[in-house]
Amino acid sequence: MKVLGAIIVLLFGSLLIYCTLDFPSWGDPASPASTHVSPYYIENTLEDTAVPNIVTAVLADYRGYDTMFETVVIFSAGIACFFLLRSFKRIEPDTRLYRHVPTGITFRIEKGGRYPRESVDFERIDLQWVPHDLIIKTTCRMIIPFIQIFALYVIAHGHHSPGGGFQGGVILGASVIIFAVSHNLRSSTNRISEKNVVLLSTTGVLLYAATGGLCLLLGSNFLDYSALSQIFGVDSVTARSFGILLVEIGVGMAVMAVMISLYYNLASAGKQDEGL
Amino acid sequence: MHDLTLILMSKLNYWIYILLMMIGLYAMIVKNNLVKKIIGMNILQTAVILFFISIGAKNKATIPIIEHAHGPGNHAVSAAHYINPLPHVLMLTAIVVAVATLGVALALIIKLHQQYRTLEEDEILAQLKNE
Repeated sequence: MKVLGAIIVLLFGSLLIYCTLDFPSWGDPASPASTHVSPYYIENTLEDTAVPNIVTAVLADYRGYDTMFETVVIFSAGIACFFLLRSFKRIEPDTRLYRHVPTGITFRIEKGGRYPRESVDFERIDLQWVPHDLIIKTTCRMIIPFIQIFALYVIAHGHHSPGGGFQGGVILGASVIIFAVSHNLRSSTNRISEKNVVLLSTTGVLLYAATGGLCLLLGSNFLDYSALSQIFGVDSVTARSFGILLVEIGVGMAVMAVMISLYYNLASAGKQDEGL
Repeated sequence: MHDLTLILMSKLNYWIYILLMMIGLYAMIVKNNLVKKIIGMNILQTAVILFFISIGAKNKATIPIIEHAHGPGNHAVSAAHYINPLPHVLMLTAIVVAVATLGVALALIIKLHQQYRTLEEDEILAQLKNE
């Protein structure tokens, strides 16, 4: 099997390397990929959309349909993960562990015992031993707000610098995942519950589709943002740039929520009570 | 000798991506552990992404963000000064879809582990045969 696989891979690789001899050389401005439609994008983006970042303009305006269904793909990946793993049967464990934070003493309470109320002093911890990491918790608490502000900057400034909905959404999702890793899954689901995460991802996809539908209602084509000039009261070129921003916000919400939902389901194998 | 250097200079990065793709494909075909297969799939995806990005490169050109441009106005923009934005757009979405497929693949693996208590392919196949 190993030899067979190696032979297949080597044959395939040598065929591909043989094909590269016909390729245009690296960095050739006259290569086929750079000659047909891409010069149009580069030369006309600013007149059409008033967005200096050509990648953002192509992503959300010229190829708006593609990006919309890309968002739907991500959304359906989150839904698929949910349906594959999520189990709603709640099996309450026989014992619970609580930690008295000021002293660091861990209590083991059997079933039928009286559980302490969750407070600053008492925190419930997972049945696998969770060490009390003061440094990790404090560091994460300090850097998470900055990560989130940076993510919002990446989404909002995607018109003028590298960035946009996908990147900012992933960074926002990562900030919540860092919180879940540094504390535990339960405290993260207390902040952003599973229901809110699914609602957010749906809202993101719907915001994208609704922007397109709004253009349709205003008498233009689907996802033709120039129709939004009637609402915003600006000229049609600036309206396109506003439309791109709306769409990017939708993408950011959907991507963030799907990343969190994937983490919640994968880290706890669908039970969402205890995890990493 | 000079020709060989020229070919090497202009094709070397394509060859490196093909090598990376071969590593990923080999892992997907040969490895017995399902997690290693997924890692191979991700290496393959990375190779394809790098290949696409490399297609968009142009000599003496900068990133596809128009310089000193705020709002509409008269800017003489020449296509030769900016690299091709199209592969960047396509790969931007491909990266996020790669993460999504990775999530679904890991969910399937968790399900398989719950069912068969193992992630080795031959052990799963043996259990399937015994049923």
